[in-house]
Amino acid sequence: MPKNPRRSFLQLSGIAALAGCGAQPGAKTEEEKLPSELGKPIRAYGERSQFETAKRAVPDLKRPQIGSTRTPLAETEGIITPSSLHFERHHAGVPELDPAKHTLLLHGLVDRPLVFTVADLKRLPSASHIYFVECAGNSGGEWKAPGGANAAASFGLASCSEWTGVPLKILLEEAGLKKEGKWLVAEGADACKMSRSLPIDKALDDCLVAYAQNGEAIRPEQGYPLRLVVPGYEGNVNVKWLRQIKVVDQPNQTKDETSKYTDLLADGTSRQFTFVMDAKSVITYPSGGQKLTGPGFQEIRGLAWSGRGVIDRVDVSTDGGKTWQKAALQEPRLPKAFTRFRLPWHWDGKETEIVARAVDSSGYTQPGRDELTAARGMNSAYHYNGVKVWKIAADGSVKNG
Amino acid sequence: MAKLLPVILLTICAASAQKYHVGRAATAADIKSTDQFIAPDGTGLPPGKGTAADGRDIYERRCARCHGKQGQGDEEGPLAGGKGTLSTAKPLKTVGSFWPYATTIYDYVHRAMPFDNPGLLDANQTYAVTALILHLNGIIGEKDEMNAQTLPKVKMPNRDGFVKDTRPDTGKKKK
Ligand code: HEC
Repeated sequence: MPKNPRRSFLQLSGIAALAGCGAQPGAKTEEEKLPSELGKPIRAYGERSQFETAKRAVPDLKRPQIGSTRTPLAETEGIITPSSLHFERHHAGVPELDPAKHTLLLHGLVDRPLVFTVADLKRLPSASHIYFVECAGNSGGEWKAPGGANAAASFGLASCSEWTGVPLKILLEEAGLKKEGKWLVAEGADACKMSRSLPIDKALDDCLVAYAQNGEAIRPEQGYPLRLVVPGYEGNVNVKWLRQIKVVDQPNQTKDETSKYTDLLADGTSRQFTFVMDAKSVITYPSGGQKLTGPGFQEIRGLAWSGRGVIDRVDVSTDGGKTWQKAALQEPRLPKAFTRFRLPWHWDGKETEIVARAVDSSGYTQPGRDELTAARGMNSAYHYNGVKVWKIAADGSVKNG
Repeated sequence: MAKLLPVILLTICAASAQKYHVGRAATAADIKSTDQFIAPDGTGLPPGKGTAADGRDIYERRCARCHGKQGQGDEEGPLAGGKGTLSTAKPLKTVGSFWPYATTIYDYVHRAMPFDNPGLLDANQTYAVTALILHLNGIIGEKDEMNAQTLPKVKMPNRDGFVKDTRPDTGKKKK
């Protein structure tokens, strides 16, 4: 029995009143009329419902071949990003490549330089793994000020797919890797022939020459017909439209590993070959741009990932970082993949700040912005992985904190 | 000894034996037509030559619209300037202030520029435009010839400005 029956009555009526409120404005749905006529016939290729609108916002660019679109993270569920919503970052547009004509040349410090057709690669032993791909520039705007208005704007240059292909190790063994081969340089078939160097140890570890993404051929904007998948490493080395791998004894010092994708520190020196993406998380609900319909039950949801392994823990604070609770992590937790976290929450209707913090299997705890700028200054541009605070106003609207 | 030899030979072959026999042997022609990598030691640089003076004309016709007549930037970013800014609040990263290797200019311009017509420049033109970019940054003289021997020897001002990745440099705190 409740100690104070009057209080519990008030609570109950409060809930009733709330429920009443919650159901009033905007919540009145038009009566659903189930169709009595026949539906649409079977069709060869599926499309989403006409009522679904999640999209990659396309910025208005002078040269749309060089730029990016972002995954609307807050409009995805679970850990797989639909291929159609995987972020894009192109430096010279999306080439149209015919898989019947496209080849991969593997040469340099190998015993037998080889040419593989796409069909050849599909004959070889295959592997499928779920990995995130994240652009090194993701959240780069947060270095200057934590200004990203929503999850896509501040964290949307990250996506997660199941990739299928040939382990790169198999190809290197087929070609006979020479012991002087310490690096490789991979090149895409886009107009700028995007190229990046990669240490041979990583190539022999877990890289894939992928031809499929989420059960279908890789989408053109993700590298069709072949993409080098380099798990946990910055997106740019996951070379799309892969056409050539040359084994070499030194990094090639390409423009995108010197001028770009190097991290300028406060003292004027720059870190180079900063491949690994450190642990990161973002709350996708409630997140910037959304509006809570009213006080009461909310499930806080978000994504966490780390290039150094699996996500071991995600702590969530609903009081601006004063206290933290452990979120439930969706299993299986996979290395170098998105991990979905969830936490039940009762919002009291008051203004507050929510924030998540990821811890990975290497013991690394996602830092705050101050910790990052203290270590690297303000001009690093890449590899920002600070926690993201969302501010919830009393009217339920969620903004960048 | 005579008995051992075939065994040794076998093991040597086995160490790099083809297991699946999928894919075909690449020919010298396959490699020549595909491999355009220029390494920082100059490996891959083709025959040819050019000076900054030689590069003026092609630069003005093909590059200046986007990068500015003096490399100061226009529709797109600058290629020159920024000296001494890297440790300031407003760092300006250009070929001159930031790039560690001159060979990268050849490699990149040849593969990717002009943006809307990549691969347009032949070897002489690429050497000449590379020389001009170096000259606009005050790194070489107007008449210094860039070729496969001289280009890798150019010492870029920020050559020693790059350090190893020492992360994790954050994230150690809380338990
Ligand atoms: C239509 C505009 C355009 C023209 C013309 C053009 N560029 Fe570029 N250039 C770009 C863009 C855009 C980028 C950035 C590409 C990227 O980041 O992937 C760029 C980047 C560069 C860079 C790298 C700069 C850096 O610091 O990272 C160099 C060097 C360069 N261009 C040289 C040239 C040369 C030489 C020519 C003439 C042969 C030329 N460009 C013509 C648009 C242009």
